[in-house]
Amino acid sequence: MGDVLRVRNLRKTYGTLTAVDGVSFSVGRNEIVGLLGPNGAGKTTIINMILGVLEPAEGAIRIEDIDIAKHRTRALERTNFAAVYAPLPGNLTVAQNLRIFGMIYGVKNLSRRIDAVIEEFDLTHFRHTRCGVLSSGEQTRVSLAKAMLNEPNLLLLDEPTASLDPANARAIREKIVSVARRGAGGVLWTSHNMYEVEDVCDRILFLAHGKIVLEGDPKTLPAAHGKANLEELFIAVAAH
Amino acid sequence: MPLLRIDRIAAIVLRQFFLIRGSLARFLPLIIWVVVDMTLWGFLSRYLNTVASPGFNFVPALLGAVLLWDFFIRVSQGVTMAFLEEVWTRNFLNFFAAPLSIAEYLSGLVFTSIATSAIGLAAMLLLATLAFGLSFGVYGVMVYPFVLVLFLFGISIGVLASALVLRLGPAAEWFVWPIPALISPFAGVFYPLSSLPEWMQFISRLLPPAYVFESMRTILHGGAVPFRTLLTGAAIATGFLLLACATFLRVYRYAVRTGLLARYSAESVT
Repeated sequence: MGDVLRVRNLRKTYGTLTAVDGVSFSVGRNEIVGLLGPNGAGKTTIINMILGVLEPAEGAIRIEDIDIAKHRTRALERTNFAAVYAPLPGNLTVAQNLRIFGMIYGVKNLSRRIDAVIEEFDLTHFRHTRCGVLSSGEQTRVSLAKAMLNEPNLLLLDEPTASLDPANARAIREKIVSVARRGAGGVLWTSHNMYEVEDVCDRILFLAHGKIVLEGDPKTLPAAHGKANLEELFIAVAAH
Repeated sequence: MPLLRIDRIAAIVLRQFFLIRGSLARFLPLIIWVVVDMTLWGFLSRYLNTVASPGFNFVPALLGAVLLWDFFIRVSQGVTMAFLEEVWTRNFLNFFAAPLSIAEYLSGLVFTSIATSAIGLAAMLLLATLAFGLSFGVYGVMVYPFVLVLFLFGISIGVLASALVLRLGPAAEWFVWPIPALISPFAGVFYPLSSLPEWMQFISRLLPPAYVFESMRTILHGGAVPFRTLLTGAAIATGFLLLACATFLRVYRYAVRTGLLARYSAESVT
């Protein structure tokens, strides 16, 4: 069983600006990989390229060994994502949004699957509520329910708990980890919350100026570089 | 080219159905403007029949023409309205980061437009026939190619307008609405093309609706059924449709290459 995601020599430039500069990494099965870095380091650019909404200048992306540049639809059938900047349409209800995206992702037994994710993310009470009137925490849960609909082999989470209070963030985090560990897929997770990263990620990639500058186990990496914790390491890497 | 998946196309249509079903503000515009037009032009046609020389019926000439022109506008706006719903809700990332092909997305917009324009057409037919005695019998079976050519051109204009908004950003939405008004002087909805100056006739000859309305007038004046004229109109409309789809695809690829799609909601224009 190979990696669920393989990224090789990925590069993206905007004119003279290099946003991503020869990045290579992989995400294995049942693995949660954290993609860390200061604002503008290239995290979201990498996620957009993996999702096929941004074309790399160079490099290759393979999801379940399928080249996204050549077989975009097949690769994306096995993928899903949740991002704080991509809420589901606020003028549809939770159930309506899940039905539409379930159809787009080709989910089998869709009605049953919608019931399952609604229950999983405690959305039963909001089933027929328009997403636009939900709180940011509830909207995050809806985005995650949509991201889990097709039981993706590759789950991309771009700051999934950014707009949540600590209690809600912890509950959501536990939920994501429990769902992720159950399946055979992998997760690529970006966050600025170092406590969260240390808690959930098996491996982290530090990104700065579009390059991976550090990689390793979030529990041992700080000590290996003479830092007390991940936050200190982050600040040191970002400053460098 | 990958096969089109019906469930994905149906998802695009279903999204619009949910929106229209749950909103009177979305449903009413589907019929209200066409009802106003039918009423206005119905009474005008009836009045002109009383003051003009007997023997010529203005109802099929004017009201019939307005009905067909309104149908074209409904078809075009059926596509653009469905597209703009994604602009307004910043939904492009969710759709285009999903396994949805451009062909499936555009097909979904077309089927949505068929459904919404059919509602408008039904309202117009009901009012025009019951209140003003319009009968499409005077056009014979040619009414079907009239509708087909206008439908193809309406879809083309809707897709081209959507490509324009995708390329230039959400602020370019205002470009969409005046397009039919800009085309109408050249389309010859109310007058024969021969009444236009030469340079305008040249532009008219590039526009499929001009062939429909010229054919309509030929039939109403007792001329032979203008198969060749309509075939030319249908061929040009098909060309427009292919051009519109190719343009949308090109703009989409540009948006993916430059990052415009990924940051579309930021209203950036390069």
